[in-house]
Amino acid sequence: MKMNGARILLESLKREGVDLVFGYPGGTVINLYDELMNMREIRHILPRHEQGGTHAADGYARASGKVGVAIATSGPGATNTITGIATAYMDSIPMVIITGQVPTPLIGNDAFQEVDIIGITRPITKHSFLIRSAKDIPAIVQKAFYIARSGRPGPVLIDFPKDVQISQAEFKWPENVDIRGYKPNIEGHQRQIEKAVDMMLAARRPVMYVGGGVILANAAAELTDLARTMQIPVTTTLMGLGSFPESDPLSLKMLGMHGAYCANMAITHTDLVIAVGSRFDDRVTGKIATFAPHAKIIHIDVDPTSIRKNVRVDLPIVGDTRDVLAKMLEYAKNHPDKVAALHSAMEAWHEDISGWKEKHPIGYKASTSIIKPQYVIQKLRELSDDDAIMATDVGQHQMWVAQFFGFQLPRTLLTSGGLGTMGYGLPAAMGAQAAFPKRQVLCVCGDGGVQMNMQEMATLVQQRLPVKIIILNNNFLGMVRQWQELFFDKRYSQTCLELPMDFVKLAEAYGAKGLKADKPSEVERVLKEGLAHKGPVIMEFKIAREEKVLPMVPAGASLNEMVLNA
Amino acid sequence: MQHTISVVVENEFGVLSRVVGLFSGRGFNIDSLSVAPTMDESLSRITIVTRGDDAILEQISKQLNKLVDVIKVLDFSDGSAIEREMALIKVAAEDDSRAEVLRIVDIFRAKIVDVTPKSYTIEITGNPSKINAILDLLKPLGLKELVRTGAVAIGRGPKGWKG
Repeated sequence: MKMNGARILLESLKREGVDLVFGYPGGTVINLYDELMNMREIRHILPRHEQGGTHAADGYARASGKVGVAIATSGPGATNTITGIATAYMDSIPMVIITGQVPTPLIGNDAFQEVDIIGITRPITKHSFLIRSAKDIPAIVQKAFYIARSGRPGPVLIDFPKDVQISQAEFKWPENVDIRGYKPNIEGHQRQIEKAVDMMLAARRPVMYVGGGVILANAAAELTDLARTMQIPVTTTLMGLGSFPESDPLSLKMLGMHGAYCANMAITHTDLVIAVGSRFDDRVTGKIATFAPHAKIIHIDVDPTSIRKNVRVDLPIVGDTRDVLAKMLEYAKNHPDKVAALHSAMEAWHEDISGWKEKHPIGYKASTSIIKPQYVIQKLRELSDDDAIMATDVGQHQMWVAQFFGFQLPRTLLTSGGLGTMGYGLPAAMGAQAAFPKRQVLCVCGDGGVQMNMQEMATLVQQRLPVKIIILNNNFLGMVRQWQELFFDKRYSQTCLELPMDFVKLAEAYGAKGLKADKPSEVERVLKEGLAHKGPVIMEFKIAREEKVLPMVPAGASLNEMVLNA
Repeated sequence: MQHTISVVVENEFGVLSRVVGLFSGRGFNIDSLSVAPTMDESLSRITIVTRGDDAILEQISKQLNKLVDVIKVLDFSDGSAIEREMALIKVAAEDDSRAEVLRIVDIFRAKIVDVTPKSYTIEITGNPSKINAILDLLKPLGLKELVRTGAVAIGRGPKGWKG
């Protein structure tokens, strides 16, 4: 049966199992939107800005593990998706972005609302397609989803000219997808895997350093099982939070710039780093020359380019982290004597770690007169559901969440780790809530970042997405202010937001609920009332204005040069 | 160190910009670049002469392989490939120097492809180092214009790249 290109695209999305898209209409997608009205199976959420829609698709993907889909019109609609695409690219999030494009004969003519979005997004997409003929649509959509979710996932852009949306073709869904230049290496090399376990069995001070790759590959259970079987301590990156329960005695919590003292000390003294789905980012390693100076390094990653990009590696394993960890576990379980020997050989190591944990646990100075942000996060953990999903923006509040929320489950933290995007949290929470209408979705923001995509409050209210927004308001762009305090002689250049916002009134203007706490004694009541509310809520907490995120490894310093109190 | 890489890619629009964008975006060097379709019309072959230490060359190769449109990356270490480049050189040739230019052309087995009373245009093909050598000799005589194709390379031995 012949149908128009717009319809073919929607049919193709359906075949890929898409039941929810985030999009914003406009001149070059108007035909697509017209067909969408006939497509009951696909729910559409209209954000108030394309950036919000793109972050929402990203949040949907992170929380659910499925490919997120965002739609935008050509020109400004397309350029508004760029921060969202770059955010997803840096954190390897599977996403398909469909942009309208001016009619094919006009491409290159500087037509109204024309931009070369494929050219603009080339460095921030895993791949992109320009649809030239309606008959190509099913194969392109199938390839786009396959590329987005396989190997190291990432965003894929499809540029869809208006004339192709109108032209007629036969809908034919290809039987399978085969791309000759794209064959991700999923299965880890068995010999290398056995060598890796042998190295772990021979180590005396091993540590596992785990990143977002474990969450993306749904390998948290395998990781946890392996770490517990071998009794090897685990530290995670920001992106790896939730891959290993932080309540486990083996957990060292997060490492790096604002990581736990015990984690950074463990890296400094370890004799074997087992890096799993992590990429030795500069916020993690600090000064690269002194990172894990006494250690051999095993690096497991699905992306060969991650290996030996920043550090020397003694044993690389390219493969899906779930596949590799499962095989490592099997091999380890076949050698129970050696595993038992490892346990006793690591006694001194575990004692060292306990010592570091006791010496400088993650903490803060409590106050009865002024609200400490860390206290809000701890109370939030106490009062929220165990499987609550947490979204954050970027900055101090993000680090306090990472340090104090105590993540137990994978896919419960949505945060922009690589790009560090302010304004990500609120729309990402919106996407996660759309994926899981029944689960509790929290969004912790600062008073700076939340205003970058504040407009999505309207979407939350309209779509009945009951996201719980917690604003830690210090009337500062706090993280930059912290750097200015520590490294720029307290010269607070443009980091004071001056105008004290009334977020309660703002919430009410959107038709949501607004609550506010000025004193520590009000924190619990506000959180309880806010979490119990059926709809979207903003809870504003006036926090200690000059509270700092500590410990801190200054940029470019070694991990053992932590500032513990300043 | 200089290094020659052949990249077999889908012969589609936009592929070259992905390859070139990778080099500029990640700060890799391109000393020369040449591209044309292969005997299989669905494929193009890009030859890139680049430079860097072993770690950088490893990243270049891995990053190229990661591009969806890249079918194969052939990394030619020293001696494993035949490398050729062509250059067109317009050189001043008046009075005394006319004979000298001809002697140099003869020694290098190059060709004169255009003559005027004041100049010769020379065509030369060979290993890039051979072209550098003739240029060193012609420079003192007065170069007016130089066009080089950039190197192309093919592996030695009986097998094609598909093996």
